[in-house]
Amino acid sequence: MIEAKGLTKHYGKKLAVDQLSFNVTPGVVTGFLGPNGSGKSTTMRMIMGLDAPNAGDVTVNGRHYHDLAWPLHEVGALLEAKAIHPGRSARNHLLMLARANRIAHRRIDEVLEIVGLTSVATQRAGKFSLGMGQRLGIAAALLGDPEVLLFDEPINGLDPDGIRWVRTLLKSLAQEGRTVFVSSHLMSEMALTADEVVIIGKGRLIVQTSVEELLAQSSRQFVRVNSPDLATLRSALDADGATTTAEDDGSLSVRGKDHREIGELAARLSIVLYELTPQSESLEEAFMTLTESSIEYHGSGLTVPASVQETVQ
Amino acid sequence: MTITAPATLAPERQLPKGHYAITDLLRSEWTKLLSVRSTMWTLGLTIFIGLGVSAIATIETRSHWLSQPPQSHVGFDPTSLSLTGVFIAQLIIGVLGVMVMSAEYGTGSIRATFSAAPRRPLVLTAKVAVFGFVALVVSMATAFLSFFVGQALLSAPAVHATLSTPGALREVAGTGIFLFLIGLFALSLATIIRHTAGAISTFVGVLLVLPTVLRALPSSLFNAIDPYMPSRIGVTLLSLHPNQTGETAFSPWVGLLVLGGYTVVLLIIGGVMMVRRDA
Repeated sequence: MIEAKGLTKHYGKKLAVDQLSFNVTPGVVTGFLGPNGSGKSTTMRMIMGLDAPNAGDVTVNGRHYHDLAWPLHEVGALLEAKAIHPGRSARNHLLMLARANRIAHRRIDEVLEIVGLTSVATQRAGKFSLGMGQRLGIAAALLGDPEVLLFDEPINGLDPDGIRWVRTLLKSLAQEGRTVFVSSHLMSEMALTADEVVIIGKGRLIVQTSVEELLAQSSRQFVRVNSPDLATLRSALDADGATTTAEDDGSLSVRGKDHREIGELAARLSIVLYELTPQSESLEEAFMTLTESSIEYHGSGLTVPASVQETVQ
Repeated sequence: MTITAPATLAPERQLPKGHYAITDLLRSEWTKLLSVRSTMWTLGLTIFIGLGVSAIATIETRSHWLSQPPQSHVGFDPTSLSLTGVFIAQLIIGVLGVMVMSAEYGTGSIRATFSAAPRRPLVLTAKVAVFGFVALVVSMATAFLSFFVGQALLSAPAVHATLSTPGALREVAGTGIFLFLIGLFALSLATIIRHTAGAISTFVGVLLVLPTVLRALPSSLFNAIDPYMPSRIGVTLLSLHPNQTGETAFSPWVGLLVLGGYTVVLLIIGGVMMVRRDA
């Protein structure tokens, strides 16, 4: 169980996390979603007691991280890939952690086996790929067999097999009754893994809800319509109670009428139809709509300077 | 690399009694220090270079002994000569002292460390104790080995010293303690500065550059400040009659106390900053 109340953090003048409150409960995978730079990693570091909040409070199983008697037995975290001394072997990295919290040494072999690094355990971590670094980070998180697990972008750098493996791992950890909190900037990934989601943007909570509910909200059906006489069709649809939106590509998006009704209406009005396609908004799009106003770093479209355009012409 | 299905984790959990203690952190720091190959290299290099430079200095003196006029041997201190290598060894052990702390911040492994042990002063204490112990052993080994090897090379007609020569044991042991304190001094600087490059530059600046810069000051001011320089404290240790050089200086043991005092003060400042700053 992780409880955050009014968590606030600023670095200089920049507000990284703003009055953030949420609960992460055991037994389910909770996704922590937000665009890059929205404060996910900062929040994770505050949970782990690494960064001190400027205001608010966060507890793990009812206690501050600082006060845990055996932190690694209680909380495991993968905070960033390759936060490991490059000169130290995977096994020794785990050994130094195990010794700090009196974890049985056979557990090191167990977690190496779980993440599939047994064969490279004695190699220096500096030689590891990003994916192997992630696996070692996951091994470190599992080391103390903790009840609460935090993973910051665990699938970064993993190959498709690795990604599937992480999904299975997260789900099975939750099924065992653990608290699993996973950050990601990919809604599609969380749709496959998480049961609950905490969505933030610019450090602020946008919504905490279940993935099921989010799907129900977002899977709004609409119909894409193309016709040479779109204007007539549109006014007829509007008069019939549908909601219509003209899209940039010249098509019309119709909500509130299904494709049969639209087809029949067009037939009655003798309007030729080029296209009549049922569509559904994806979860990714729902996420984009939710966080649109809070994206930190916008990519701009490629614009060609006027002088260059003239030359081309 | 093979991918195994996640094993079922033991559902029942038996936590050890009490909570994590300094002994656990000492074991952890010990593993950290000795599991990085560069540490072992640096420790070996401290002894090897210290010893090597001392050997070269003593061989050189021995080979020119007879060609030098006899009056040039007045006040010759064979002990001091055999400890010449300390001037290089102090830089190597200092760099190691910096790295022991700054590498944790540089690689981000400090977050793993603080995740396992969120009470940071306890972590710092364990780190200082483990590095201090290793540094003390290596420093004493460097000083005593340099002395014995150097004296063995200073065969007749050159004069040589033994540990029972007046002042010799003080010089050798004092130099060993000096080297050990320099290592801890460097570690304490890195606790405050955290960046490897910045901490090493500061360390070298204080040790080598600052004393030279100070010479530009008016002599009264220079004489007031100079005894407090770590390098001056080191030079004083290597002199049989430290207060006859004409320049003001602390006596050897007071000098070591001053150097130890710097380290303690820097460690306290570093410890407070470690608690207050985000990792």
